[in-house]
Amino acid sequence: MKISCNINVHHLARVEGHGNIHIDIKDGEVTHAAWEVVETPRFFEAILSGKKWENAPWICGRICGICSIGHTLASIRAIENAFGIVPTEQTIKLRILLKHMETLQSHILHLYFLAAPDFLDVGSVFPLIKSHPGVVGMAARLKQLANDACDIVGGRRLHPTRTVVGGFTMLPKKTELLQLKKRLQASMDDLTETAGIFKSFTIPDFQRETEFVSLKGDGDYPFIGGDLISTDGVEMKEEDYLKMTNEYCVDQSTAKWARLSRESFAVGALARVNNNFKFLHPAAQELAESFGLKPVNHNPFMNNIAQLAECVHVTLDSIEIIKELIDSEWDDPRQPVKPKAGIGASAVEVPRGILYHSYEFDSEGRIIKSDCVIPTGQNHANIHLDLSDLARQYALEGRNDSEIRLLAEMLVRSYDPCISCSVH
Amino acid sequence: MSETPSYLGVPITRPKVAFFDFTACEGCQLQILNNEATLVDFLSLIEVVAFREAMTESSDDYDIALVEGSVTRADEVERLKTIRKNAKVLVALGSCACFGGVNQLKNRFDDQEWVKKEVYGDHPIETQRAQPLHEIVDVDMKIYGCPIKKEEVEKIVTNLVLGKSVKHPKYPVCMECKANDNICLYDLGEACLGPVTRAGCDAWCPGSRFGCWGCRGPADEANMDEMVNIMKERGFSYETMLDRLECFGGFAEFTSKLKDQMEQDKENG
Ligand code: SF4
Ligand code: SF4
Ligand code: SF4
Ligand SMILES: [Fe+2]
Repeated sequence: MKISCNINVHHLARVEGHGNIHIDIKDGEVTHAAWEVVETPRFFEAILSGKKWENAPWICGRICGICSIGHTLASIRAIENAFGIVPTEQTIKLRILLKHMETLQSHILHLYFLAAPDFLDVGSVFPLIKSHPGVVGMAARLKQLANDACDIVGGRRLHPTRTVVGGFTMLPKKTELLQLKKRLQASMDDLTETAGIFKSFTIPDFQRETEFVSLKGDGDYPFIGGDLISTDGVEMKEEDYLKMTNEYCVDQSTAKWARLSRESFAVGALARVNNNFKFLHPAAQELAESFGLKPVNHNPFMNNIAQLAECVHVTLDSIEIIKELIDSEWDDPRQPVKPKAGIGASAVEVPRGILYHSYEFDSEGRIIKSDCVIPTGQNHANIHLDLSDLARQYALEGRNDSEIRLLAEMLVRSYDPCISCSVH
Repeated sequence: MSETPSYLGVPITRPKVAFFDFTACEGCQLQILNNEATLVDFLSLIEVVAFREAMTESSDDYDIALVEGSVTRADEVERLKTIRKNAKVLVALGSCACFGGVNQLKNRFDDQEWVKKEVYGDHPIETQRAQPLHEIVDVDMKIYGCPIKKEEVEKIVTNLVLGKSVKHPKYPVCMECKANDNICLYDLGEACLGPVTRAGCDAWCPGSRFGCWGCRGPADEANMDEMVNIMKERGFSYETMLDRLECFGGFAEFTSKLKDQMEQDKENG
């Protein structure tokens, strides 16, 4: 029997921000499929106009409540690039450690609190507190570890207080780092068990050929700064990010959309794994492969697994970074800042994908023009196009409307969209 | 969690609690989930009936509404009014909800059309002045901060459940800062709004050697003129003062005065 149905999801739950799904199927044919973003804009780029440079990281962190650290660091890097400040080795290490812990926190939040309930057939993590106390306890433990680490290095897990242009206002105590290292080592068991739990889930088998964009690794799995790359073979310099994003406005979304070689592209953990698999920690590679995740993978649901692999990568890499920090003498935490006229751009891999900030300054360091291009903003068009393919495939397979609805919701959640951030 | 929860042996009814988000970064809601260590205990005190960021189910039957974000569009005005009708107690969660938060920085441009154009070009987009909740509906309680301090939310919600009154500190951040033996930011040559900002955050930023930006709004006994004098004496410009005072919207009344003063000083050379 050929299915006919209308699927309307208003303000999709278990994602950050406000978005709607619409799918109309008539006699097995998808007549309409759309991903709408209805979030209210906050106009950050206008807000910054005329403000002195030191406002930017503090204000821009507020673009996002999940990846405030990523935004703060992207803002700082853009300013440092404009003023010609090169961070010290120590600052680079501390920033990567801080970013790693935000990545871990965000991925665990997504995997357990937002994605897992779908696979366990519940509406939220709350009933799992009773039915799966061990699992929820483990999720809470991992998230708390990552959050505590952000407090130690960045001063605060949300809207960090120690991260400034030139470095840090204050350094963590070495005893705190040592303690953190122990907890990270112990957490590897929890991550292994997490992988076991996800192994028991059936990841939907859906493919749509996609272009994936991320930072280009240069010896390391990249997180802060460097060249840009796409799986379609495009390569760009960080400062040429506009040619990589090509933002435009559409009626169905208060967030701008982006495109590169095709109608749409994707960013995020899966894009990073697809472009930089060889730089992942061997243990993370092994985990990815055990799920059949190898580059280039075109199944958006595998973003969950890519996030899982990154959890392992950032944990093991953080342990190494902490060892190096503990073995070296502390340098000055902060370099002096001298504003100058010019433009600075930055590209930073935040949990949901590549993020760009760019500012133009006058000679006193006042912002003339600013631009932020958000990972989820770059994903919207891809989500939109995925939805119609997904509806088509599952209608053809003869799935019913509630199954298609759930799969459509799960698809959007796989991208771990941060909608209010994408609108900013 | 089916057994009746009790507090000090006295059984208490679990109120139905709903979370809502308006124009915001959703960070304040996340702070609730960020409270891993006590989250389960906290959840046993209340019954969460709507929390879109965390759960699929949603109900219009609730006692307490915790509302995050400011209001910037007509549909938000309507949504907020409906929530007010349904809720026995409406709590403004965070600086966006209490003062407009960073969102209200766009209000400093008289020409909202310019604001739209700067971001969206000629593409049509709907927005209005960013407003705190209390400008639209009655707000029973405000929980300050950008972000809110999770311990404080738990304390406040627990008090609500137990029917105890909730009091915010009247004194400024400086008191907490000094009690913590922090180095004063002014001694490090940095600006800080600690002397005039409402305490309750345990001097979160100065504890990290980062000056306060006044996210919790003015303390009850804030001496604003004295604050301006301190900053002037230490060589900080009006611009620096204004950046901090206008950042979260809590000092709105005073910032307009300060702007006038700036103009006057300019005229007097
Ligand atoms: S008050 Fe701050 S943390 Fe809370 S929602 Fe608003 S911007 Fe986010
Ligand atoms: S650092 Fe700020 S809050 Fe602390 S004592 Fe100095 S002025 Fe007060
Ligand atoms: S120190 Fe000031 S800016 Fe920081 S959290 Fe407290 S009130 Fe807010
Ligand atoms: Fe933007």
